[in-house]
Amino acid sequence: MKRKDLKKILLLGAGPIVIGQGCEFDYSGVQAVKVLKREGYEVILVNSNPATVMTDAFKRNAEEADKVYIEPLLPEYVEKIIEKERPDALLPTLGGQTALNLAMELAKSGVLKKYKVEMIGADDKAIDRAEDRDLFKQAMAELGLDMPKSDCAHDLEEAKAVAKKIGTWPLIIRPAFTLGGTGGGIAHNEKELLEIAKEGLEASLKSEILIEESLIGWKEFEMEVMRDKAGNAVIVCSIENLDPMGVHTGDSITVAPAITLTDVEYQAMRDDSIRVLEKIGIATGGSNVQWAVDPRNGRRVIIEMNPRVSRSSALASKATGFPIAKIAALLAVGYTLDELKNDITEKTPACFEPALDYCVVKIPRFTFEKFPGADTKLGTQMHSVGEVMAIGKTFKQAYLKAVRSLEAPLKYHDEDSFDPWFKNELKELKAFKKLLGIFELDTIPEDVLLQAKVMGFSDKEIARELNAKEEDVRKKRNELNIHPTFGAVDTCAGEFEAKTPYYYSYYSYDKQTEEQKPKTKKRIMVLGGGPNRIGQGIEFDWCCCHAAFALKEKGFEVIMQNSNPETVSTDYDTSDKLYFEPLTFEDVMEVYEKEDCDGIIVQYGGQTPLNLAARLKAAGAKIVGTTPEDIALAEDRDFFKQLVSDVGMKQPVSGIAHSVKDAAKIAEEIGYPVLVRPSFVLGGRGMAIVSNAKELNRYVGEAVAASEGNSILIDKFLENAVELDVDCISDGDLVVIGAILEHVEAAGCHSGDAAAITPPVSLKPQVISEIRRYAEIFAKRLRVVGLMNLQLAVKNDELWMIEVNPRASRTVPFVSKAIGVPLAGYAALCMVGYKLKDLGFTKEKAPQCYCVKEAVFPFIKFKGAAIDLTPEMRSTGEVMAIGSDPMEAYYKSQQAAGSPLPKSGKIFVSLKDEDKLDAIPLVQKLVDMGFFIYATLGTSTCFWNNGIKSTGVYRVSKGRPNAIDYIREREIGWVVNTSESGMEPADDHFRIRAEAVAAGVPVTTTIDGLRYAVAALEKEFGQADIPVRNL
Amino acid sequence: MNAPTDLIEKWRAERERKAYLALEDGTVFHGVSFGYKLDRVGEVVFNTGMCGYQEIVTDPSYAGQFVTLTTAEVGNYGVNGDDRESRSLFLNGLVLGDLTAPSNYRATSSLRAYLNKNKIPGIYGVDTRSLTLHLRTYGNKKAYLHVEDDSLSEGEAIKKAQAWEGLDGQDYAAKVSSKDAYNFNEGKSDAPLVVCYDFGVKTNILRNIARFANVTVVPAQTPAEDIIKMKPDGIFLSNGPADPAALPYAVKNIKLLLGLAPVMGICLGHQLLALSLGAETGRLKFGHHGCNHPVKNLVTGKVEITSQNHNFAVKIESVPKTLEVTHINLNDQTIEGLRHKKLPAFSVQYHPESCPGPHDSNYLFEEFKKMILGK
Repeated sequence: MKRKDLKKILLLGAGPIVIGQGCEFDYSGVQAVKVLKREGYEVILVNSNPATVMTDAFKRNAEEADKVYIEPLLPEYVEKIIEKERPDALLPTLGGQTALNLAMELAKSGVLKKYKVEMIGADDKAIDRAEDRDLFKQAMAELGLDMPKSDCAHDLEEAKAVAKKIGTWPLIIRPAFTLGGTGGGIAHNEKELLEIAKEGLEASLKSEILIEESLIGWKEFEMEVMRDKAGNAVIVCSIENLDPMGVHTGDSITVAPAITLTDVEYQAMRDDSIRVLEKIGIATGGSNVQWAVDPRNGRRVIIEMNPRVSRSSALASKATGFPIAKIAALLAVGYTLDELKNDITEKTPACFEPALDYCVVKIPRFTFEKFPGADTKLGTQMHSVGEVMAIGKTFKQAYLKAVRSLEAPLKYHDEDSFDPWFKNELKELKAFKKLLGIFELDTIPEDVLLQAKVMGFSDKEIARELNAKEEDVRKKRNELNIHPTFGAVDTCAGEFEAKTPYYYSYYSYDKQTEEQKPKTKKRIMVLGGGPNRIGQGIEFDWCCCHAAFALKEKGFEVIMQNSNPETVSTDYDTSDKLYFEPLTFEDVMEVYEKEDCDGIIVQYGGQTPLNLAARLKAAGAKIVGTTPEDIALAEDRDFFKQLVSDVGMKQPVSGIAHSVKDAAKIAEEIGYPVLVRPSFVLGGRGMAIVSNAKELNRYVGEAVAASEGNSILIDKFLENAVELDVDCISDGDLVVIGAILEHVEAAGCHSGDAAAITPPVSLKPQVISEIRRYAEIFAKRLRVVGLMNLQLAVKNDELWMIEVNPRASRTVPFVSKAIGVPLAGYAALCMVGYKLKDLGFTKEKAPQCYCVKEAVFPFIKFKGAAIDLTPEMRSTGEVMAIGSDPMEAYYKSQQAAGSPLPKSGKIFVSLKDEDKLDAIPLVQKLVDMGFFIYATLGTSTCFWNNGIKSTGVYRVSKGRPNAIDYIREREIGWVVNTSESGMEPADDHFRIRAEAVAAGVPVTTTIDGLRYAVAALEKEFGQADIPVRNL
Repeated sequence: MNAPTDLIEKWRAERERKAYLALEDGTVFHGVSFGYKLDRVGEVVFNTGMCGYQEIVTDPSYAGQFVTLTTAEVGNYGVNGDDRESRSLFLNGLVLGDLTAPSNYRATSSLRAYLNKNKIPGIYGVDTRSLTLHLRTYGNKKAYLHVEDDSLSEGEAIKKAQAWEGLDGQDYAAKVSSKDAYNFNEGKSDAPLVVCYDFGVKTNILRNIARFANVTVVPAQTPAEDIIKMKPDGIFLSNGPADPAALPYAVKNIKLLLGLAPVMGICLGHQLLALSLGAETGRLKFGHHGCNHPVKNLVTGKVEITSQNHNFAVKIESVPKTLEVTHINLNDQTIEGLRHKKLPAFSVQYHPESCPGPHDSNYLFEEFKKMILGK
C-alpha cells in the first residue's frame, strides 16, 4: 500500500547529457514526477539540465514537479535545497549514476540523517553492495554464481599482483563508481595494464579498479528485473547483444527478446537475476543484471548489476511497453506490483512479464567524425552518443528499420564476432539484395516486391537494387496496394486488448482489414529528431514534446513519430498515438496517410525531419508553420545575402564554392581568416576557421563530404566579435523575442559549445532595439510561422548577421526556462492557426535572474582527439545556472558543468601572443586573490615584464618539469590555455589539455572564458554561501 | 556473388505460400509448409511464451491442437535430446511467424527436422499477430491445416474444419496416456511411493516428484482398486489434453481414492479433482497459454509468474464448501488453485513444473512432499 507518512519527495535528475548518461533519465524522471504527483505527493526536483521535460515549471498542468531547482547536482547545493524544502524522502534511483552517487555522498556525510530524509527506492548498503567490486563479488560468491576470475586493485603494484594471480591475457580493467565505463579498457600486456589501470584509478571516485579474466567473444545478455517490497519479482525484458563481450553494451547492437537461449538456459538466468536482486538487497525498483555466456559450453558468469533505472531500462520500457521508471517510483512509495495496473491493458496487473510478439533492435549512433584522431575501435569504454530502436515482426525487419533510422553508415561493428544466428540473418539479407538486383522496376514481379517488403527492405533500398527512383518504387507499391500493417506494442502479444496506442509497422503477406475508427478531432503529426547526436539531441525532443502537450491541450489529436528510445517523445503518453518508426520519407508517409493527418510539424526535430519536408509536401502532406520553401530560402545563400543587404544589415563578406579550386579563389578575395561551412548541416559538421590556403584545401575537402554535394559557404571570419543567439516566435503577424543570449566565447566557437548568458550583459540599448527590429523584419520576410533563431555578431556596437534558422533551435528549452514561457508549445499552436494574442504572449518577457548556459564535452572519452572550441560543435550536453548576478550564475554554471573554478591554488597559464596583453590585468587579479601562477617560459617572461610573479615551466617538448608533470602530480588545479586560431593545435597544447581533462582539471581555452572566470571569482570569492532558487 | 540455391528455393516457397490454415469461420491464413507434409484438422490456440518451443511441442496437453507461437523468432536455438516433455509429439501442427536456423551449443538438430521426424506438420510465414487477435476476438477455432503438395481449395478446407468433431466432450487423455504402467525412477527402499495418473503427463512433473519419491506412472483408465492395492503414499493427477468433462471414469476413480493418500493435481488433474468434489468446469474463450501469467497465492499473498496451458477451467461459482480457493489468476480472476479443507488434497491449474516457463511455483512439489512425509 501507498505510504501515507511521506508527503514531500525530493527527486534527483541526471544533469547534463554525457556519453553513458543520455536523455533516458529525463524520460525516467518525467514518468516519476507524473506518477508521484498523481499519487498526491509534493515533488521537489533538482537537475542542472534545462533541456529536460522534467525541469519544466510552466504550470502547464498537474504533471510538473511542485518545485523545480535548476541547480548544480553537487552535495552543497542539494543540502541547501534539503534545508529549505525539508523533504521526507529522497528518490535517487531515476537519475542515473549521477543521482545515485550524489545520494550516496549525502548519506555518507550525514546530511540525510541531519534533516531526517529517508532514501527510498534503494538504500546505501544495497548500493554499496552492487557498486563496490569487493562487496559485489563476495555477495555473488555467497549465491554460488560463477564469476570471471578477478580482483580489485587500489594502486599499480596491486594491479600487477592481480594480473599475475589471474595468469592469462588479455585482462579487462574497469573502474568502480563511474559512468559509462570511463577509464576502462582491455590490456594485452603489462605495459597496457599499467596505462589503463592508472587511468581507471583516476576515473574512479574511490580509486578502485577491477581487473578480470577476459570474456572477449562470449555472448552477452541483460535482464531487466523489477522487484517489490513483498518480494515479488518480474523480468521485464531480456536483451541479447550482437556485439559480444569486449564491446560496451551501450556501444553494442542489441536485440530483445534474447534469441539464442533455450528455455532451460533462459529460466536459469531468470532465477539467478532475481536472486541477485534479493542478495544485493534491492527492496523495491528496477535493476539491470548483465550476464556473459560462453558460446562453446554455456558457462554463464555474472558481469554486473545496476541498482537503479538505467539506459537499458529505458530501452526495455520502450521495447515492451512496461513503464519501468513509473512502476519503480510507485514501488518506492510502498506499492506492491500486484496492486498496480498494467498501463497498456488497463485491466491486468503490473505484476507480470511482458510477452513480445515482435523483435526489437537497438543500434548505437557514433560521432567519431567529430573527434579526428580518436580510436574508432569499439571496446569497454562507451563512445556512442545516441541510439535508435526499431520494432519489426522479425529480426530482419527490425534490423533493417534500425539501420535506416540511424541516418549514418553502420560501420564500427565487427560482424564476424556476432553469434552465427545473427550472421546467418545478415547473410540472408545480403543475398536477397543480390536477388533483387536481377530485376528492374518494370520487371520485378509483384510477389518479389512484396517479399522484399516483408523481408524489411525500404523503398529506397529496393530502388537502389532495381536502379530506379525511390518515388517510382513507392508509386508501384501504391498501385499494387502494398502497405504495412500496424501492430501494437501491447505487453501481452495480443492476448488482451491494448488501451494505449503505441504502434510499429510491419509488412505481411496476408492483408488484414483493419477497422478505422472515425476521426473526431483534427490530427497533427509531430516528427521527432531520431537518434541523439552531437548537435541534435534532447533540446529538439523537448520541443517535440511541447508541441504534443500544447496541441493536446487545445483538443488536437497528436501523432508522434520517432525512433529514439531514450526520449520523452517516445513515451506512450506524451502524444495521443505513438509510432515507433524510422524517420524516413517512406515510413512517415505511411503513417501520415494511415492516420489521415491534417498537418505535420517538421521544424522541431532538428535537421532530420527538415530534410524530409520538401518531399513530404510534394507527396501531399500538409506541412504546418513556416513552409519548407521558406525554410530552404533561409539556407539559400544568394537569396539570403540579398535579403540581408536589402534590409540594410551588415554581413561578413562571403562567397559560395562548389569545388576546392573555387574555394581557394574566393578565400583569397575575401582575405583570411575565413569561416568555411557546408550548407544544410546541424551542429557545425565540417565547419572551421581557416587562416591560410593549405588549411583551406584540407578543410574544404571535409566540408564537401559533410554536405553531400551541396554548396560550401565561405565567410569572412569576424575576429573578436561578441556572438548572439536570438530565439523568437512568430504567428505570421506578430513577432516576439524569447530571449537574446550573449555568448561568453567570441565568435568562432560553435554556438552549441559556447557558454551564453541572458539577459545580455554587454549590449547597449540601441543594439538591443536594433536586434528587435531585425528579428521582426526577418520573421516577416521569411514568412515565419513558428520559431526562428537568429545568430548575430556585435563588433564595435555594430550588428552583423551570421545566419537565420526559421525552425526550433537548440536554445529554445533554455530560453523557455529562463523566461518561464513554453515557446515551443506556443509556436506549435501558431502553426495550427492560433495567434500570440490568443495565447497571451505579445511582449518580450525579461528573465527574473541571470541565466547562464554552459556546454559539457566528451573529450575524456576520445583519447587522441583535440580539445578545443571550434566552429564544429562537440559538446554532448549543457547545464543551466541561475543567479541574481551574471557572475554568480557563471560561477555556478562552471560547477554544474563539472569543472568548478578553484578558489585557490596553482594555475598553469599558456597564452597565444595576441592574448597576452589582454590577459595581464586578469592574471594580476588572480595573483591578488592568492593564486600562484605557473606559465610557459614565454608567457612567464611577459608576466614578469608586467610585474606579475610567475613560475616558469618548460614546454612539454623542451624539458621537465613541465605542465604535464604538474597536472599528474595534482600540483595544478586549473589550466588556462589559449591556442592560435589556426587549425592545427600545437602538440604541447594538445597534450596539456588532454592530460588536464583526464585528470579532471578545469581547462579554460579562450580569453573570454578567462575574463568571465576572473570576474566570477572576484564576485564570489569569500562568499561561501551561494543561494539556491526554484524556477 | 549470387544468392545460394537453397536460399532462392526457400524464398520461392515463401512467395508461393501454398500452405494455409483455414478456420471454420472462413478466415484463411497463408504460409509456407515445413516439417511433415500431412494435412490435419485441429483446434487453433495461441501461446505467448517467448522461448521453450521444444517443451511446447512435446507437451501432450496440446493433443488435438494447432499451436500458434506468437513470439517473433522460432527455431533459433534448435532442438536437443534433453528438453523433451514426453515420449513423443502429440500436437496436430505448429503455426509460426518466422522459422530460422539454429545456433546453440546444446542443439543436436533443427526444429524443422524434428517435426519432420515426428510426423508433425508445420506452417510458417503466417501473420501470427492477426491470427492471435482473431482468436482473442472470436475464441479458439477449429481449423484445417493444408501443407500437402496436392492442391485443395480453401472452401473445401473450411468445410473440413467445420465438419470436424472438435475437442469438446472428447477424451484425448486416453489417446496420449501411456498404455502400460511403469516405474519412472529406480526405487529407493526408504522413499515414499507416488502413483501418477498419466492423462498426458509432462516429464518434468515426474522429475520433480522423483526427487523425493518412487514414481509409478499408470494409464489414465487404471481403476481405483488397482491403485489401492499398490498402497501409495501419494497420488498425483497429471495434466493432459482437452475436456475434463469427457473423463467420467477418472472422476469416479478420484472419488474413491480421496483420503487414501495425499493427492496433488496439475492442470487437467486439477480440474478432475474439482469435478470429483462436485465442482463444474467450463471452456474459456481462448484459454491461457503462455509463461507470463501472474497468479496470486492467497495464503502467502505472493505473486508467482506462471506457466499456463489450458482451455477449460473450474467455474468459480461451482466450488463446493469443502474446497478452499488458494490461488487466483490476476489477469482474469479465474481459479488457479484449490485445497481440500479437511483431506490432504490440493491442485493447481497452472504448471509449477514449468518447462517452459518460470520456476516461481516449484515450491508446490515441496508442499506435496511435506504432505506425504508428514502423514
